[in-house]
Amino acid sequence: MTRLETCFETLRSQDRKAFVAFVTAGDPDLATSAKILDGLPAAGADIIELGMPFTDPMADGPSIQAASQRALAAGQTLLGTLDMVRAFRETNDTTPIVLMGYYNPIYIYGTERFVADALAAGVDGLIVVDLPPEEDAELCLPALAGGLNFIRLATPTTDDKRLPEVLNNTSGFVYYVSITGITGSAAPQQQDVAANVARIKRHTDLPVCVGFGIRTPEQAKAMSEISDGAVVGSALVDVITEHLDAQGHAKDTLVQSVLALASSLAEGVNRD
Amino acid sequence: MDQGTNSYRTGPDENGRFGLFGGRFVAETLMPLILDLEAAYEEAQNDPAFAAQLDDLQTHYVGRPSPLYFAERLTEHYGGAKIYLKRDELNHTGSHKINNCLGQILLAMRMKKTRIIAETGAGQHGVAVATVAARFGLPCTVFMGATDIERQKPNVFRMKLLGADVRAVTSGAGTLKDAMNEALRDWVTNVHDTFYIIGTVAGPHPYPAMVRDFQSIIGRETKEQMHAREGRLPDSLVACIGGGSNAMGLFHPFLDDASVRIIGVEAGGHGLDTPDHAASLAGGVPGVLHGNRTYLLQDGDGQITEGHSISAGLDYPGIGPEHAYLRDTGRVEYVSATDTEALEAFQLITRLEGIIPALEPSHALAYVSKIAPDLESDHLLVMNLCGRGDKDVFAVAEHLNVEL
Repeated sequence: MTRLETCFETLRSQDRKAFVAFVTAGDPDLATSAKILDGLPAAGADIIELGMPFTDPMADGPSIQAASQRALAAGQTLLGTLDMVRAFRETNDTTPIVLMGYYNPIYIYGTERFVADALAAGVDGLIVVDLPPEEDAELCLPALAGGLNFIRLATPTTDDKRLPEVLNNTSGFVYYVSITGITGSAAPQQQDVAANVARIKRHTDLPVCVGFGIRTPEQAKAMSEISDGAVVGSALVDVITEHLDAQGHAKDTLVQSVLALASSLAEGVNRD
Repeated sequence: MDQGTNSYRTGPDENGRFGLFGGRFVAETLMPLILDLEAAYEEAQNDPAFAAQLDDLQTHYVGRPSPLYFAERLTEHYGGAKIYLKRDELNHTGSHKINNCLGQILLAMRMKKTRIIAETGAGQHGVAVATVAARFGLPCTVFMGATDIERQKPNVFRMKLLGADVRAVTSGAGTLKDAMNEALRDWVTNVHDTFYIIGTVAGPHPYPAMVRDFQSIIGRETKEQMHAREGRLPDSLVACIGGGSNAMGLFHPFLDDASVRIIGVEAGGHGLDTPDHAASLAGGVPGVLHGNRTYLLQDGDGQITEGHSISAGLDYPGIGPEHAYLRDTGRVEYVSATDTEALEAFQLITRLEGIIPALEPSHALAYVSKIAPDLESDHLLVMNLCGRGDKDVFAVAEHLNVEL
């Protein structure tokens, strides 16, 4: 079993839902980012989505765009992101890490080399926003063959006719994008999301987590009630932004503030 | 290329690929719409009523066919090839961009979309989109980099007069690439009612092929007009390239005419030996951005770098995927001209022919000036004069240190 499969089985056996925390690797600087990553499991993150910064994040709102820019300005590279995972794995062998980002940096790194290096570093899965099933031969199939999970995004525009194609070659879990839009924008409507999650579950036995637009413990609770977990990204990134000094450097309070929000979100996800 | 037919004109394949290039690298939210668009475009292509409506508008609204003009004084000046200018700058709105915008807005209405969005660099495409949106009564939002808004003020005001909502994009360097990112973000948010009119032969399939088809009227007319004037094919074609739509429109009908030498001119900025240029083919490597694989200006980590050109319409770090394919197959030659060379060409054609060109085709002319003197006097050269220079007058004055 992969770490992701083990994670969801454990959650199921404990009747709990997954809190999936997103941060961008290297934001706001490499050392601070590593501290956040190391602290997230104890703060209650069941799964960590680690953003691979890219200059042109077409699916991301202003918060995560800015996070990418900060990370790149701080010198983050794809190799650096893999190094962060490797360092994390020295003390944590259970919390799944899913790398999320865009295809070009992986393509330039070399897909075969990337799959091998990601596995060796202790990465569990990939979410690549601009690789729909039509482009599976690029990375999805090599990643699956290598033993990585490939987590696909399903969206409100993915209709029943298209769902089987989207779910085919998807593994680990399904990421339901709760709104048509970019990260950190409008709040999802529980009723609409519930109907769509139920629709996806008619097509697959994989866990379904919901993300995009979830900002508060209350929203996280509402979304996890109707799915297998909630993903929060922009709200955590906003805490990073709020704890930068005038020069853009991390204040001493940054790491603990991010982890404090993570704790309350994790608590929200499994609140009765 | 389809090896069986030895044609360069059969692409893309069913996956939207021109060889290695092209494809559909978009977020899942957009994928169903891209597939709908492909089907709707195919249906429109087979509907004589669609072609008839487009033809009528091209004739009576745009003013096509645009003239193929023998540039007598330029020809004399260089003392070599016989130079013809394809006058697409005489089109309504002042550039070739309207050819594509009309096709796409008719398609948008067939698909029952009620809102138009677009990106623009120099503002030529933005103006053309705002124009067709006004003509057909659809609300329109144009994304434009904040830097470009500053250097293209006349076009910004034109778009506003036409009723467009012009949104300044401040992310990145605030130029065309960033405007396209922001347009994609809007599209993904408003996918249900919004049609994205992409201005060049880039983006996810079917855009590169569709924009090429709408622009190919340039090459088809040129072929007929040259036949009427000279009784034969031209010997060479020259066009400037940012994303590459005017060039693809001129080139495509001639790709299988082996005797025709075809040359695309990229923006060399401060020179290819500096980081400040926008020559994706000369200085880039294949990568994936904005829905397609093509040559991109990028660093070793796959991060996209900013292109530079004196022309806001050329400083895009990528290029249409079909151009990438034509380069790799060797069918088309790709060269470049610098900011300085383009400025010189701009002034030369203005003085010699009484035509103020846009800075974009000034790059094409700059390259013509390098090759024309050495060509025979019966060599027929066609340059695509794809836009007029009114919008650039202020920027040129600044570069020439003239206070207006």
